[in-house]
Amino acid sequence: MDQAIESPRAELDITGVTCPMTLVQIKVALEELSPGEVLAIRLNDGEPVENLPRSLKDEGHRVLKLRGNPDGTFQLLVRKGADPA
Amino acid sequence: MAVDYQALKNGGFMRQRQKDHFSLRLKVVGGNLTTERLRVISQAADKFGVGRVHLTSRQGVEIPFVKLADVGEIKSFLAQGGVETGVCGARARTVTACQGSEVCPSGCVDTLALAQEFSQRYFGRELPHKFKLGVTGCQNNCLKAEENDLGVKGGYLVAWRVDDCSLCGVCAKACRRGAIKVTEETVHFAAGQCNHCGRCVKSCPTGAWSGRSGYLVSFGGTFGNNIAPGQVLTPLLTELAAVLAAADAALDFFATHGQPKERFRGTIERVGWETLSRLVGERLGSSH
Repeated sequence: MDQAIESPRAELDITGVTCPMTLVQIKVALEELSPGEVLAIRLNDGEPVENLPRSLKDEGHRVLKLRGNPDGTFQLLVRKGADPA
Repeated sequence: MAVDYQALKNGGFMRQRQKDHFSLRLKVVGGNLTTERLRVISQAADKFGVGRVHLTSRQGVEIPFVKLADVGEIKSFLAQGGVETGVCGARARTVTACQGSEVCPSGCVDTLALAQEFSQRYFGRELPHKFKLGVTGCQNNCLKAEENDLGVKGGYLVAWRVDDCSLCGVCAKACRRGAIKVTEETVHFAAGQCNHCGRCVKSCPTGAWSGRSGYLVSFGGTFGNNIAPGQVLTPLLTELAAVLAAADAALDFFATHGQPKERFRGTIERVGWETLSRLVGERLGSSH
């Protein structure tokens, strides 16, 4: 898991958009990944950081880590879940 | 013979401005109606009203413009279709509820089941004044629990297990009360700051946070001519029997101490919050 955290497959910055586009952009980015691969998301404090981890859990993905960046934004690492049957 | 408007009102027939016309209040529990009942209501509104219904502020349905001469006939028409009439006046009213945990992702308790239980026990019970009960599933409070004479709000009694935790840090941000701190080694939980919202449980990716469903019961809310939120007098109650015992205590207190035309809130303030609190405590003690 540590290696996945250090080398995510892709990165996405959603600090420029608001709900619901935040989740939409994440879903689009995850579409490009295979199950098990990790996406690193840069997101804002507040609603995005409070609610998006739960939305991703409900979508079947696995949140690995949430950590603060020096500039006040956050980095969320999420591993893509299995494709729905 | 003189028309007994009070008796009609008690039975759900609300007198309109227009002479000999009534808005008929129907019984609805927790804002839920089957499509079958909706069809019967629709037919009744066409046949006896003016082809429309009014959705009330307490999740009820009223059929306006029912004529005095049709009072008996519309009641039996509705009854045959399984639709009961509502109540008004000095008694326990419609029990309201949000969708709760059976439908809503945020819900912590089955609100409809509790609303139905409340309705079975209390609906129509005569009291010194109107008495409203409402059940909301979580801290988002869509159903506005504290507006009710007796309000219930679902929550989680949360617990954290180190074995399942990945120290990801999500719960610390999901918590809006600042009750959770995540370090490199562990999680610190300040239980005293927890409001039982359950957001840590719902957001935790590994299941390290778990929650036991419970109920926060508020007493004496009123949101009409006087406005005051209900007050929570006990910790989160995790047993349904305890919630019912607390509710029984509230209605019994009101029946015993309330004066005519006095809302439950007024009775509590006149007799004393500590008297109600003591009674609730006694009943909870004997409900286990």
